[in-house]
Amino acid sequence: MMRDDRNKHSSFIHELNKNKTLLLMILPATIYYFIFMYLPMIGITLAFKSYNYSKGLFGSPWSGFENFKFLFANGKILRVGFNTIGYNAVFIVVNHSLQIMAAIFLSEIGAKYFKRLAQSFMFLPYFISWVIVGGIIQNIFNYEFGSLNTLLTSLGLERLDAHMNIGMWKYILVGSSAWKWLGYGTVIYLASIMGIDSELYEAAAIDGAGKFTRIKRITLPLMVPQIVVLVLLNIGHIFRGDFSMFYQVTGNNPLLYETTDVIDTFVVRSLLQIQDIGMASAAGLLQSIICCIILVTCNSLVRRYQRDYALF
Amino acid sequence: MAGVNTINIKSEKTGMNYREPLKVKRSREELFFGILAYIYLAFASMFCLIPFLLVIGGSFSSESSIKRYGFRIIPKEFSLEAYSLIFRSPRQLLNAYGITIFITTVGTFSAIFLISMTAYVLHRKDFKYRNKFALYFYFTNLFNGGLVPWYILMVRYLKMKNNLFALIIPLLFSVFYMIIIRTFMSSIPDSISESAKIDGAGDFTIFIKLILPLSKPALATIGLFVALNYWNDWFNAMLFIEKRNLIPLQYYLHQILSTIEGLRRILQDLPNDAVVELPGESFKMAMTVVTIGPIILLYPYLQKYFIKGIMLGAVKG
Repeated sequence: MMRDDRNKHSSFIHELNKNKTLLLMILPATIYYFIFMYLPMIGITLAFKSYNYSKGLFGSPWSGFENFKFLFANGKILRVGFNTIGYNAVFIVVNHSLQIMAAIFLSEIGAKYFKRLAQSFMFLPYFISWVIVGGIIQNIFNYEFGSLNTLLTSLGLERLDAHMNIGMWKYILVGSSAWKWLGYGTVIYLASIMGIDSELYEAAAIDGAGKFTRIKRITLPLMVPQIVVLVLLNIGHIFRGDFSMFYQVTGNNPLLYETTDVIDTFVVRSLLQIQDIGMASAAGLLQSIICCIILVTCNSLVRRYQRDYALF
Repeated sequence: MAGVNTINIKSEKTGMNYREPLKVKRSREELFFGILAYIYLAFASMFCLIPFLLVIGGSFSSESSIKRYGFRIIPKEFSLEAYSLIFRSPRQLLNAYGITIFITTVGTFSAIFLISMTAYVLHRKDFKYRNKFALYFYFTNLFNGGLVPWYILMVRYLKMKNNLFALIIPLLFSVFYMIIIRTFMSSIPDSISESAKIDGAGDFTIFIKLILPLSKPALATIGLFVALNYWNDWFNAMLFIEKRNLIPLQYYLHQILSTIEGLRRILQDLPNDAVVELPGESFKMAMTVVTIGPIILLYPYLQKYFIKGIMLGAVKG
């Protein structure tokens, strides 16, 4: 027994020695992850504590499920959670449909110059920070001199007050998301169309299939794997709101919280403005757990559907 | 053309004369489809482009024409007032530019080195703990502590408030980019490192002298993605930066756009008699243009690398 153990031990040392350089090379990223990803996990306990700034993480007293009770008591978390899922679901449907259509049309038209120009314009918003999008939103939807109202008055129509018309912000958010991601998604879908064997189209043309038939019978069915994978990956993050987008597009306007608040904006606000650390970490923990469950489910679906595309 | 010919033959074979209608139907369908495609793409392009034109138009309008007629693409009264105001006291803007350029440069190079070195180790099939490390990195994508504990760690325990490292560290590593680079490295033939090993080269030497140069295309595209993330970051500045001289470009713009206070601060730097009417709205737009500037200028050059990068990533997840 003893000898066996010692053998095992020395072979482990030997193994370490053999991989010394590689282990040293992976060390920086490992330490980085330990400090910035794994250490904060201790802080999950904050969700069960009543945080006191002077006492810090370890000194603050435990409070059981008090933070969660408070979170559910004012009903905010349900509305915020519902908003997060609702917005993301609409984003997924709208964005992917627009991107798929753009990719199909781009792949089918002949005019090279037009094609390149259209793709350049559509891809441009991807490069812009959400801060700038916030500026653009101010330009368009300002009541007194926004360009939307400039257009409406020049057409003899009535002005639109975006800040009185709270429901309008749903559409503005959907529009902003579509605007930002159209070019990016189109590139991915276009790549998958380019991968389709052109002989299929030639054969279909010989059989007398028109453009619409070819798209319906060849392009779309062959895009399905890519679509399913991308959509499932997005669904995996359905419980995570794009903070920058919601914050900048709505200008963090308290009047709009009812319709536009998502978990991520709620958490940041609880942390920085209300400074309710307990509630913020309780909401964050809840989000992490639900996200984890959804992501694992989605990944197992991807794995069942297309093994190669599974993330883990 | 080939299609039309075959239909011809077919109809002769069956003896039925449906050649004409089919051809007409097909060319009509083709035409309809073409029109639909051009209309859709033209609309989509305009939808994406017009907001930029509106901002540029607004920045060149005089404040009084904005107040009277509203924002428009082609200014009613052309004016350089907003730009001249920016360049009369450019100190803060230049400072913000400097901060952003600094964190983008330092951040991108460090990130690429860290990511590619990790990718190299994990791409080595003979590395025994490969899967364990991959899981170690991947796990936090599934479950993590969330924003609040991380924020408290950064501010309270690592003293990152008003520290430029707070703007560099958060974007330093990404499992997604690491996987892309690892996949790229796996496509490099093993025989190259094998022969170097026979010549007595160590793992680190092989990485620096052979694998890194051969991975240049992947590193360049991923580097651009990382650089864009640093350039566009404002969130970490909101969390950690309060000192005026450490504020990066995007957060500086955010302050100007979101508060009149931010605007007043800049105007304080000017001599008192310089401003009669505050060009608030045109100033905001001009500031936005000045912030987008470098990206628009580099865009024609950058675009193709980003398309390449997205396609690299699209292969896997």
